[in-house]
Amino acid sequence: MIQQIMEPWRWQMLFAEWPKFLKAFGITLEISVLALALALVLGVIFGLMSTSHNPLLRIIARVYVEFFQNTPLAIQVFFVFYALPYASIVLSQVTIGILCVGIYTGAYMSEAVRAGIGSIPKGQFEAAASQGFTYIQTMMLIVLPQTIKIILPPMVNQMVNLIKNTSIVTMIAGGDLMYRANAYATNDVMSYGPSYLLCGALYFVLCFPLTTWARRYEARLKNRDVITNTKKDKVEEVAA
Amino acid sequence: MIKLVNVNKSFGSLHVLKDVNLEVAEGEKLVIIGPSGSGKSTTVRCMNFLEEPTSGEVYIDGVKLTHKNKTEVVRNSTAMVFQQFNLYPHMTVLENLTLAPIKLQKVPKHEAEELAFKYLDIVGLREKASVYPSTLSGGQQQRVAIARALCSRAKIILFDEPTSALDPETVQEVLDVMIKLSQENITMVVVTHEMGFARQVADRVIFMDDGRILEEGSPEHFFENPTEERTKAFLSKILK
Ligand SMILES: Nc1ncnc2c1ncn2[C@@H]1O[C@H](COP(=O)(O)OP(=O)(O)O)[C@@H](O)[C@H]1O
Ligand SMILES: [Mg+2]
Repeated sequence: MIQQIMEPWRWQMLFAEWPKFLKAFGITLEISVLALALALVLGVIFGLMSTSHNPLLRIIARVYVEFFQNTPLAIQVFFVFYALPYASIVLSQVTIGILCVGIYTGAYMSEAVRAGIGSIPKGQFEAAASQGFTYIQTMMLIVLPQTIKIILPPMVNQMVNLIKNTSIVTMIAGGDLMYRANAYATNDVMSYGPSYLLCGALYFVLCFPLTTWARRYEARLKNRDVITNTKKDKVEEVAA
Repeated sequence: MIKLVNVNKSFGSLHVLKDVNLEVAEGEKLVIIGPSGSGKSTTVRCMNFLEEPTSGEVYIDGVKLTHKNKTEVVRNSTAMVFQQFNLYPHMTVLENLTLAPIKLQKVPKHEAEELAFKYLDIVGLREKASVYPSTLSGGQQQRVAIARALCSRAKIILFDEPTSALDPETVQEVLDVMIKLSQENITMVVVTHEMGFARQVADRVIFMDDGRILEEGSPEHFFENPTEERTKAFLSKILK
């Protein structure tokens, strides 16, 4: 592998194939963005359901989370790819990737949202109720915005995992980045070194800005928190 | 304005309110006193259905509160000031004040802000409009909470021990605001241990003990010749 990386002709050959890699990168990006949107929506909906007063909604949310967290993503993808056509449902590989990765990650997002909501003091819900906000308004205007600080770190972990997990569609020939790298790596000259290295670099290009942005944003929110925390200590001192 | 008819409230097997009957007239200032755990908070929380009675009825302005109509009735007629302030920490003072008017009463933003500044003037905090609540002292936060209650233009304001969580040196600034309010035609129900305030502001005082209203009367009656032994014992303890 190391030796391959040192051979310029392999890189030249690889970059001649650049348009194909770019297209694959586009597919990975497409699956990532749409799956992420789906995961966020599902995460908020099921996170809200899991904290609702309605036991039926709570059970549905629980089943969703447990099912998708406790079965491998690969099985879910294979199931949709091989089994659903028997029910006359045929989806493209990209669509399957978006749905499966989105729904799978949504289960984790939902748990993050649930934990976030659980950490908001009861007084916030009471203040909202005393002003006459409905349940949904309370969540959207008052509770969820306050959970961002708590949810953000696990959320970003999930986002990065999601991007990496899109490589699952390689297993159903999804044409994504990983698939392209595999195909190129097993070509007649077996240039797996440069191929996987480029592939890894491209995934990095997707994930790194996300984690960097998240770290900065978190630091900014924490800065506001410093004030909150020192104040809180003071109140506790007086109370003690 | 507010009417409680045979209100009972149990938490599990704990019978907290026992046949509470109470009527509060429009514009009346009612002070509720009594030992800790006697059901004062539960009583005022039944008035805006933060707690729904186990049996009995609550009427606001002639309308019987139900689980179904509570959000709407509460939105249009009552506001609450809590012991722990319960300001929304992710919003500035101004946003705290304008949220309900804009989202619930559909007041245009500039009008809501005008209203907010008017009430910030009344509580003496105009210059704090753009800061976050965590940067304020307890007394200032509670004054903001009172301004928030006023912004809803509620005819009824419920206060549950509004000065109990404050540093001693900031209690008076909050009481002063409440005394100022008491000159308006707002119906005020105030749970408090501040006997000076009760004497100065109350039209009527009720003494609660063990989930019942044990004695009621004018402040003069209470502080000069209470009839019940329990009342005497409580007052002598709190006034010394
Ligand atoms: N949500 C609740 N769950 C269980 N018990 C409660 C709850 N709220 C209040 N209580 C109990 O009800 C009793 C009366 O409480 P409360 O109305 O807060 O009294 P007060 O305000 O007079 O101190 C207390 O014994 C308290 O422990
Ligand atoms: Mg209380």
